[in-house]
Amino acid sequence: MDWLQQLINGLAQGSIYALIALGYTMVYGVLRFINFAHSDVLMLGAFAAFFLAPVVGTILPPQSYLGAFIIVIVSAAICAAIGILIERLAYRPLRNRPKLTVLITAIGVSLLIEFTCQHNAVFGARTRPFPRLIPEHNFHLGNIVIANHDVLVPIVTAALLALLWLVVQRTKIGMAMRAVAFNPQAAALMGVNINRVISFTFGLGSALAAIAGILYAMRAPGIEPLMGIQPGLRAFIAAVLGGIGNLPGAALGGLLLGLLETFAGGIPGISNYRDGIAFAILIFILLFRPAGLLGEVKTEKV
Amino acid sequence: MNPFTHNSPAAAPKAPSVLCRSLATLIRVLPLVAISLLLALGSAGCSKKSDDVIKVGEFASLTGKEATFGTSSHEGTLLAIEELNATGGVLGKKIELITEDNLSKAGESGTVVTKLIDRDGVVAILGEVASSRSLEAAPICQRSQIPMISPSSTNPKVTETGDYIFRVCFIDPFQGTVMANFASKTLKAKKVAVFTDVKSDYSKGLAKYFKEGFTEAGGEISAELDFNGGDKDFKAQLTAIKTAAPDAVFVPGYYTDVALICIQAKQLGLNVPLFGGDGWESDDLIKIGKEAVEGNYFSTHYHPEVSSPKSKQFVEAYKKRFKNQDGSPKAPDAMAALGYDSAIILAEAMKRAGTTEGAKVRDALAAMKDFEGATGKTNINEKRDATKPAVILQVKGGVFKYVETISP
Repeated sequence: MDWLQQLINGLAQGSIYALIALGYTMVYGVLRFINFAHSDVLMLGAFAAFFLAPVVGTILPPQSYLGAFIIVIVSAAICAAIGILIERLAYRPLRNRPKLTVLITAIGVSLLIEFTCQHNAVFGARTRPFPRLIPEHNFHLGNIVIANHDVLVPIVTAALLALLWLVVQRTKIGMAMRAVAFNPQAAALMGVNINRVISFTFGLGSALAAIAGILYAMRAPGIEPLMGIQPGLRAFIAAVLGGIGNLPGAALGGLLLGLLETFAGGIPGISNYRDGIAFAILIFILLFRPAGLLGEVKTEKV
Repeated sequence: MNPFTHNSPAAAPKAPSVLCRSLATLIRVLPLVAISLLLALGSAGCSKKSDDVIKVGEFASLTGKEATFGTSSHEGTLLAIEELNATGGVLGKKIELITEDNLSKAGESGTVVTKLIDRDGVVAILGEVASSRSLEAAPICQRSQIPMISPSSTNPKVTETGDYIFRVCFIDPFQGTVMANFASKTLKAKKVAVFTDVKSDYSKGLAKYFKEGFTEAGGEISAELDFNGGDKDFKAQLTAIKTAAPDAVFVPGYYTDVALICIQAKQLGLNVPLFGGDGWESDDLIKIGKEAVEGNYFSTHYHPEVSSPKSKQFVEAYKKRFKNQDGSPKAPDAMAALGYDSAIILAEAMKRAGTTEGAKVRDALAAMKDFEGATGKTNINEKRDATKPAVILQVKGGVFKYVETISP
């Protein structure tokens, strides 16, 4: 029954990667660039919840689902504002410069956030205990243990993916996003306010990152300013695996990566090669589907 | 058409204009280069060797993953230096402690120690807690013939680097054997799983010596799994450990990882004792792990409860000098006591050598016997390691409780 437990572990871990990957892929889909600061917004989301939890705890009983919901929503809102601010200050002035400039800037923003937060006057570099937001229950099925947040994570991810899909496909702003992704010049000529659409995209992506950060911190309750780097990297790869720019692809890629990692990590003797094994399989997949699992091969007109 | 990749043929410049433009760029950049050169020279000029102080360098993980180790160790060292200076210093001079942070990161220690030796001109180096990082600095100190004392790196390879490298703590072959005997005798474990941090020399070494000792004592290693320090999800490996049904799990890691491992082990219903080495000793282990770390054991160098007069004196002085975040007096841990000892033993060696010259201080350190410090008596053996007893502590009611002392 070992594999069933690993399946549960892998699904929960993979759902978090999926949620982070959604943010990467959405920004890429609209702007065609990788927002490397995404993983740091994730960290900021976890820290927002860390500071909000005691405040909310004074109003509502601690470890309540309603309290957790409020914390998540407020943290997501804070991070959405931060995401919009980052785009406004760092990326917008460079929008008509070569893509590489923006990419390097993104790395710079990422490092700036990480090292600013490591300063003692900000968060400090030591690991902080993340408060428990919801009561912990474990369901026992024979030898298998299912923690309630292991169930919660995939549900939240699935719900957010569905919500995102609706926003992009069924709303006016979603249509504008698709228009900007398709051709920014033409969209602007048709009266789409590009700046507003891009701000919205960044806000939405950052809110998702914040939620992912909180879920991640709930599973491993020790948070520090560099906590976003590892899951961020994995999620970026998950987004590429699923076909960057494609929302269901990102979710699929995240789940697959989480499962691969978990199964490889559970084999005694080779568990330290778990990333190696997971990534070797990814390279193999990309050899046969260079555009990712659900990505479309586009021929670029020069 | 994509405006970002658009390349108009008119933009292709002719050769002479390329030359002109690069010249223009050069002229524009030149002042910047000049300013940065001036800054670099200026700061180098500030660090001229002055003869009225003895400069001692320290490198520590003041921030990052093992921040409490570096902080404790640094506070111990700082206290020792302050006490020494208050009583007139060494060889008639005050000691100036120059501390550098390596951010708990691989690769930083080499840089900061080179800076301490080459730019600051220190006569000795104190540091680090983590063996991997001490191993980065040791070859540099050996090459420069600067004595280096590690307060609490326990991997044997550290002092094997060369005859200028010392330590004031025991080594992992001893610690591994102590924990192997503890597992078979006190915990009465027949089958033990080992969960190693493959990123850390300390963890790999300690795991190896534990496995040797435990199989020698008649036990069986039922599963061996690995993690990477800094990972957050350990459930995959812990599930495999649970399947192997061990009586106990040996986790020779550092406290941030160990706390998360304890939490996730409890979540998976792995209800056997977890135990480890001195890498566990940090208040943050309890702060992060909370009730999940309760009842678990680890070995370390020292506990304030078992103490000599010199040790009591140290505990008092430390509590007076350093405060917790809430303002209460801070109790020293093993890293602080060893940090203290590393500094006073260096001062003693300089006194005995009558000079700060590297080779003479080295000889004085190598001859150090029965030196009374905060952690008890330090005897430097022929391998430049200290022969010392180990203590075993248990997490109980949110504090570390003394269990037993095991002498070599």
